[in-house]
Amino acid sequence: MNTLFGEKKEGATKIVLTKVDEYPEAPISLGTTLSNFTGDWRTFIPVIDDSKCVKCYICWKFCPEPAIYIREDGYVAVDYDYCKGCGICANECPTNAITMEKEEK
Amino acid sequence: MEYKPIRKVVSGNYAAAYAVKHARVEVVAAYPITPQTSIIEKIAEFLANGEVENLQYVPVESEHSAMAATIGASATGARAFTATSAQGLALMHEMLHWAAGARLPIVMVDVNRAMAPPWSVWDDQTDSLAQRDTGWMQFYAENNQEVYDGVLMSFKVAEKVNVPAMVIESAFILSHTYDVVEMIPQELVDEFLPPREPLYTLTDFDNPKAIGALATPNDYYEFRYKLAKAHEEAKKVIKEVGKEFGERFGRDYSQMIELYRTDDADFVFMGMGSLMGTVKQAVDILREEGYKVGAAKVRWFRPFPSEELYELAKNVEGIAVLDRNYSFGMEGILFTEAKGVLYNTDAKPLMKNYIVGLGGRDFTVDDVRKIAENMKAIIEKGELDVEVDWYHLKR
Repeated sequence: MNTLFGEKKEGATKIVLTKVDEYPEAPISLGTTLSNFTGDWRTFIPVIDDSKCVKCYICWKFCPEPAIYIREDGYVAVDYDYCKGCGICANECPTNAITMEKEEK
Repeated sequence: MEYKPIRKVVSGNYAAAYAVKHARVEVVAAYPITPQTSIIEKIAEFLANGEVENLQYVPVESEHSAMAATIGASATGARAFTATSAQGLALMHEMLHWAAGARLPIVMVDVNRAMAPPWSVWDDQTDSLAQRDTGWMQFYAENNQEVYDGVLMSFKVAEKVNVPAMVIESAFILSHTYDVVEMIPQELVDEFLPPREPLYTLTDFDNPKAIGALATPNDYYEFRYKLAKAHEEAKKVIKEVGKEFGERFGRDYSQMIELYRTDDADFVFMGMGSLMGTVKQAVDILREEGYKVGAAKVRWFRPFPSEELYELAKNVEGIAVLDRNYSFGMEGILFTEAKGVLYNTDAKPLMKNYIVGLGGRDFTVDDVRKIAENMKAIIEKGELDVEVDWYHLKR
């Protein structure tokens, strides 16, 4: 999904190993970030309230991962496969449109 | 090609350097520390004289960097080597985990030297045994010949199971003492030790990989299990490679514990490294004096030869464990391991720990005789006097 400012990673599939025999002999990556979902590390999850969003894109600029992208309608969205839940977006948002909530897993 | 050994009179350190040359090592990380320095000096000399080809010699600024450089080299698929001693090995400690965890078959020579303070450059096994839990295999050499053979075999074993190995020799007793070493012609070493086939390489640019990346609690445990299984596998590979070495070159290393005159022994001396040469000589003398004794030299401390120890312990009344090392707050380290192995078995020989030779204190045939007299007395009585005996103490 291409937009003016960014895109959500398409075709990403997480590798889940369920048996010890499936693991590589040495601890090496089995793929690129297309399969290594760093969003697994998250405890708190950003939730965006579009009604408060003024499309300033400060959150998009400050996100240390490319985890915030801009939808075609101009509002921002979070790529939860990669968002680590650091909360910088919520902290920087001038209209408090982003809140961090404890994620249910 | 028929095997005709090349006999050279060399120090233990030079024996190690020749083995590195014959193993066609591609990267050597070099940092000097007494009494290891002459290993890397000799390798530098080989390079300067054009006696080795295709060797990258990396002078580094510390032992921590030496191990880091070796890890980087090994991760590209190269055969990598370094050498150190005592405080230098301690400085490498963190990096040793990275090497074993990443399953890189590096071989390192550690020249056993006492840890400071008080400052000491003499023989003591506490430096290498303090690295017991890093995931490295450990081979203890009795003499210069075993240093040479140990390096060649360790490369083969390490590269088969993808686990790094330390070859350990005694400070000065081996490192700087000259002895005849039978070396193997290069063509035959090449047959025994073909080029490395790495598990993965960072230079496989069509299949880029990340190593040492993060594993969450969901995955870390499985990688530890894989390393544990590799050590189990290594026991089998060590015996196979040791047997092959014997068939090719006449010196058999198929036993992880070398048994010397133990068949009908009442009790045996167990230990590691150069002090077992003294013990074997003492066993010959004691046998003539009527003692039914033998020697059990632990060649490989990691992986630990538990099954072989059990077979030995079933047939003897006592084991005198000679530890040239000490774990404070406990006892000699080999003693702890040996007792631990036998606890859940039906083999229950009397076991006594003799702390000997710390910091290079001389350990002689006469010392073995005194220990034999003491062991004989406690076996006749059926109970220990003390469990841990600081044998040399000035009382």
